[in-house]
Amino acid sequence: MHYSPGTHPDLPAPASTVGVRGWLVHNLFSTPLNVGLTLISLYLLYVAIPPIVEWVITDATWRGETREDCDRLGACWVYIRVWFKQLMYGRFPDDQLWRINTAYIVLLLAAIPLFLPAFRHKHWVGLFLLVVYPVFAFVMFYGDTAGLELVETPLWGGLFLTLVIAVTGIVASLPIGIVLALGRRSQMPIVRALCVAFIELWRGVPLITVLFMSSVMFPLFMPEGVNFDKLLRALVGVMLFSAAYMAEVVRGGLQAIPKGQFEAAQALGLSYWRMMVLIVLPQALKIVIPGIVNTFIGLFKDTTLVLIIGLFDFLGMAQAVATNPDWLGFYVEGYVFVGFGFWIFCFGMSRYSQRLERKLHTGH
Amino acid sequence: MTEEVRAESLAPAAREMTVSDEVMIQMIDVHKWFGQFHVLKDINLTVNKGERIVICGPSGSGKSTLIRCLNRLEEHQKGQIIVEGVELTNDLKHIEQIRREVGMVFQHFNLFPHLSVLENVALAPIWVRKMPRAEAEELGMQYLERVKIPEQARKYPGQLSGGQQQRVAIARSLCMNPKIMLFDEPTSALDPEMIKEVLDVMIELAQEGMTMLCVTHEMGFAKTVANRVIFMDGGEIIEQNEPGEFFGNAQHERTKLFLSQILAH
Ligand SMILES: Nc1ncnc2c1ncn2[C@@H]1O[C@H](COP(=O)(O)OP(=O)(O)OP(=O)(O)O)[C@@H](O)[C@H]1O
Ligand SMILES: [Mg+2]
Repeated sequence: MHYSPGTHPDLPAPASTVGVRGWLVHNLFSTPLNVGLTLISLYLLYVAIPPIVEWVITDATWRGETREDCDRLGACWVYIRVWFKQLMYGRFPDDQLWRINTAYIVLLLAAIPLFLPAFRHKHWVGLFLLVVYPVFAFVMFYGDTAGLELVETPLWGGLFLTLVIAVTGIVASLPIGIVLALGRRSQMPIVRALCVAFIELWRGVPLITVLFMSSVMFPLFMPEGVNFDKLLRALVGVMLFSAAYMAEVVRGGLQAIPKGQFEAAQALGLSYWRMMVLIVLPQALKIVIPGIVNTFIGLFKDTTLVLIIGLFDFLGMAQAVATNPDWLGFYVEGYVFVGFGFWIFCFGMSRYSQRLERKLHTGH
Repeated sequence: MTEEVRAESLAPAAREMTVSDEVMIQMIDVHKWFGQFHVLKDINLTVNKGERIVICGPSGSGKSTLIRCLNRLEEHQKGQIIVEGVELTNDLKHIEQIRREVGMVFQHFNLFPHLSVLENVALAPIWVRKMPRAEAEELGMQYLERVKIPEQARKYPGQLSGGQQQRVAIARSLCMNPKIMLFDEPTSALDPEMIKEVLDVMIELAQEGMTMLCVTHEMGFAKTVANRVIFMDGGEIIEQNEPGEFFGNAQHERTKLFLSQILAH
């Protein structure tokens, strides 16, 4: 069909390039190799999925109180039911669990506005979460004031302990990491040297070593009778360790900001800190959101290492209850459950970061 | 419409622009090195209030470096630079004081991409001049109207054309109510059809009596707007003169060569 110049109408695209058929052809069956790979993948899924579904759901035991109820081939979820409290809260006293739950609920309620696009006062919520909430949570968990009874940290455990360590590490590592990254790029040689030394020292040793040092070596250097809480020492260790990693992630972002941005900010008369806070960091942090979240996720999972200094986090608790004489040998259910728990949190972080990236995209 | 035609039509307006005796900038025996490289050599320059100075010269001659020394984006190692009676030294107070009074427009605009156009222009009044946000945004809108793009206020820089971005950059500087404006090749990164819209804004500024130093290859602009043209080569000021003499009767061989090259096309 011919049209005279200037009158060519918009025609629909060929059917084989759009819609469901276009997608299938383009993505799954575009070449002989692609066709082969698609068929092999389908076969592997066909082989792998049914047994997994059987073990997890159809053949699994869901009801009952003891291991004798678990007479079927599939998973014994009764085990998780029976030990659920320990997996969630460790040895926290039963009559005090409401304190943890209240803190969880307050956290969730406070966080909801952050997900509402129309809500305008996000910075106040952020301030509450970063300043007021930690104090509130500490009082709720530890007690010993406000009429709450003291719950020693050795009783803390399970997912609760994992969250305490991970959230503390995550919340503290970003600001410390930013300060370290700025210090590393500072014009002042002493500041720069200190930051480089700190970062390289902490990055250079495994987290296990840091934890060991904090729990075994640290007390040796302390005067007789001075004793810091073991959890507190682990927290400080995790915090500084992840801050060193965060510093390098943030530095990557700082390096990606063109010189012109610094110059424009300076030419307008902005001071160093205003330039950093208003112009440079918002752009740098946005660029490295994937790296930041990656570090958060790594940190979240690394908290399981506290097991080796005798703190029973989510995974540690799963291992501990599997040594109960009545329930010997139910490791697999415990690990699957814990693995799923970790996955939920890490996947959540990943999704939130993608949302954030899309929201902050301003077309450059 | 060519450069030349526009230049002629604006010539009368340019002649009305007045220059006062008040000294705004003084550079005395200024030298600068990048490492071992001697990039500015014995620069002496006095700029009075209301002067429009165009700086030209071959690539690498130190034009950008010279004007960047005036707001301390570059540090000079020898000599004195005095801007509005304040000498530029390592004293941060003086540097920030001078930067508040001196606006700068860059070749690549350097708008803040994470902020909307209005936030870009209102930022410095809010954080440097401590103006309430509403007032700063009103001021920002005024200047966006002056550069004729108030309708773009809510957009982000990445959604604007080059010419529009450069006009926002000019508005951003003007919001600080500067006494001096520095331009470093403000039109070199623009497509030909956008150069005019930016030059028009600059011409208006000149007519309002702004003290301007402008590095540019737009000789039409130099002829109509400048009251002095400076030619630099190899880090030195080779020659300076009022535009008529400069273009019609250059004294130095190097200037003649440069002019013949730049006016040839
Ligand atoms: N930060 C720097 N470090 C080292 N050398 C530099 C630096 N900035 C500029 N130079 C050098 O100094 C000289 C002058 O540079 P400048 O940018 O002032 O030139 P210019 O006249 O503006 O040139 P152009 O027309 O290409 O912009 C050039 O040779 C350049 O390579
Ligand atoms: Mg230059």
